Amino acid sequence: MNLQVDENGRLRHFLSINGLNREIITDILDTAESFVGVTEQSIKKVPLLRGKTIVNLFFEPSTRTRTTFELAAKRLSADVLNINVSASATTKGETLLDTLRNLEAMHTDMFVVRHIDSGAAHFIASHSQPHISVINAGDGAHAHPTQAMLDMFTIRRHKPHFHNLNVVIVGDILHSRVARSQIMALNALGAGEIRVVAPRTLIPAEIEAMGVQVHHHLRSGIKDADVIIMLRLQNERMQGALLPSEHEYFQLYGLTEERLAVAKPDAIVMHPGPINRGVEMDSQVADGSRSVILQQVSYGIAVRMAVMSMAMRSRQNDSGDGPLEN
Amino acid sequence: MRTRIKNGRVIDPANGIDEMTDVFITDGKVVAIAPTLDQFNADQEIDAQGLWVIPGLVDLCARLREPGLEHKATIHSETRAAAASGITTLCCPPDTSPIIDTPAVAELIQNRAEQAGYANVLPIAALTQGLKNEQLSEMAALKKAGCPAVANVGPLANTQIQRLAMEYAQTHELTVFINPVDEWLAKSGCAHEGKISTHLGLPGIPVAAETAAVARDLALIELIGVKAHFTRISTARAVRMIARAQYDGLPVTADVCAHQLHLTEMDISGYDSRCHVLPPLRTQRDKEGLREGVKLNSIQAICSDHQPHEADAKLAPFCSTQAGISALETLLPLTLRLHEENGLSVIECIRRITSGPADILGIEAGRLSNGSAADITIIDPQHYWRLNEDTILSQGKNTPFHGWEFQARVTHTLLKGKLVYTLE
Repeated sequence: MNLQVDENGRLRHFLSINGLNREIITDILDTAESFVGVTEQSIKKVPLLRGKTIVNLFFEPSTRTRTTFELAAKRLSADVLNINVSASATTKGETLLDTLRNLEAMHTDMFVVRHIDSGAAHFIASHSQPHISVINAGDGAHAHPTQAMLDMFTIRRHKPHFHNLNVVIVGDILHSRVARSQIMALNALGAGEIRVVAPRTLIPAEIEAMGVQVHHHLRSGIKDADVIIMLRLQNERMQGALLPSEHEYFQLYGLTEERLAVAKPDAIVMHPGPINRGVEMDSQVADGSRSVILQQVSYGIAVRMAVMSMAMRSRQNDSGDGPLEN
Repeated sequence: MRTRIKNGRVIDPANGIDEMTDVFITDGKVVAIAPTLDQFNADQEIDAQGLWVIPGLVDLCARLREPGLEHKATIHSETRAAAASGITTLCCPPDTSPIIDTPAVAELIQNRAEQAGYANVLPIAALTQGLKNEQLSEMAALKKAGCPAVANVGPLANTQIQRLAMEYAQTHELTVFINPVDEWLAKSGCAHEGKISTHLGLPGIPVAAETAAVARDLALIELIGVKAHFTRISTARAVRMIARAQYDGLPVTADVCAHQLHLTEMDISGYDSRCHVLPPLRTQRDKEGLREGVKLNSIQAICSDHQPHEADAKLAPFCSTQAGISALETLLPLTLRLHEENGLSVIECIRRITSGPADILGIEAGRLSNGSAADITIIDPQHYWRLNEDTILSQGKNTPFHGWEFQARVTHTLLKGKLVYTLE
């Protein structure tokens, strides 16, 4: 897991929250804080990654994540290449390693990777040339660390101290890379209590070992919560007998203003998007005063700028002219 | 041709021999195990001073990749590696291409092995045609063509077909090899379902995928009375179920892959694709339960589950890599490690890889009886060596045991009295 950190303890790749200590995580949040200013200026650009080529390598469709990575890269003045490799293209014969070698031959500097297989980002990081940084934009059900970091950033903006927070994650934990990364980040930051809420069919085996409490009922799960994170329920979960129907799911786990009453009065509601209104939550909550869902999206850009610039900084400092050190 | 193996410690579990003595071989057959033999003029003498002389190993499960996947390995390349590993009899599972469901394929494999001349290869016949779990295979003809057993590969979902196949196998006195997997519970999993798979986000295979299949087939075995062998079991729970069935008098045996006795789910953290195997590496408790099963003889055999791959097969994200370990070369040293690590006597260690598997197959191999084929392995118990993936003889270099230090090394292997391997 030391793949992510160089000999000086700086970020080389960003693959998973696992293996990163609180200092690096806090450093990412603090760096992101400095970029929020940039994204709010009229000229939203800094020249940190000028001349660098960043490849958004998406083997799985994504709009939101890819777009925010692209914006983040552009605001750092990097050149961005978006490559969407459909599943059919890879089954036609080119292996992941071949794809990688071809992009390396184009003298690129960073890969932002999304892939359907857990461990894909680790695989790419361990097989790419030493000057290349790899950022995980979601691999299978394993990790989505930039999403977790933007969630931590959003929480910190509203609740400065993690140690006394009750944070609840509701929904499809089983398939969720977002939940896994959030749990690891919350643990690293010392959150008071982390709970996951879902029926047994959507809870992975021995999840308690990750340091969470498991609840099967929304009411007990969100009682006295400070932060409620609702996960997206993929439509395909309705096949495969994981759940009987969207209707019953909403009846049992859908967040409504009325149900929110058991949470703390100043609880915030989050969602990694895109929301299924009327499945995970009703519109009143999604658009309500406690919802910080759109802030998550804006902060996502600053957080991704932070991760990209930090990963690149560890490379540039090798030659002693890191722009952020100036 | 007369050969004398002198001064060795002869260990033959089947015949209860463990003594310093000589082995006399004439025309490929053991003629005497004694300190001297009158009027024996050896053409060849092998000095086994300080060495162990044991029956050639019998491996119940080794993929040789031929026919069909010769880019991974061939019968020639893998039997040569087997000889260097002290293995003189290998069973080849039926999932070759074409599948071993006709006498022609079974004969082809045996002919190729004979041409290579390094080891005996016994094809295990498919239980159903094309392994499709629809039509029974021509078991009588396959038995005649040299197949000692019939097997499924992967899940056998239809219980009625499983029943009929068992009944038909029993009619022809064939042992049924069962690789117990419940198709629906295992799905497309690639890791043991537990805290590591949850942590890594890998689709899991629960213990129940194995135990549900064992339970179903034990019910059928009880109904039919067929001789059945559970192969490559991976869970402590399944060991207990099989031990119970043996206690109740059912004609069942079991084997375990050598790597399951040494690796656990922890070894896949970091997505090490060399540890991607099916059934998956399970928990420490399972490993201990399997070791206990070996010790108590609920598990009668240890197999290699040899699966050589080309390098590319392991170069992908974990679940997208092909499962399996190139394992011939580690069968003997991993088994002998149980002596030190698990308190299993040397003679019992050797039994699990010689007469144990031979008895499951109902063949003569795996023992040094007078008149039996002189398939013999000589090992140096004091030879310490380090496994190097680059120098293993198998065409597949995919082993998680790269860099492990082992004690005991094969110095000579004889097949029907003929030296097929000598350590340089």
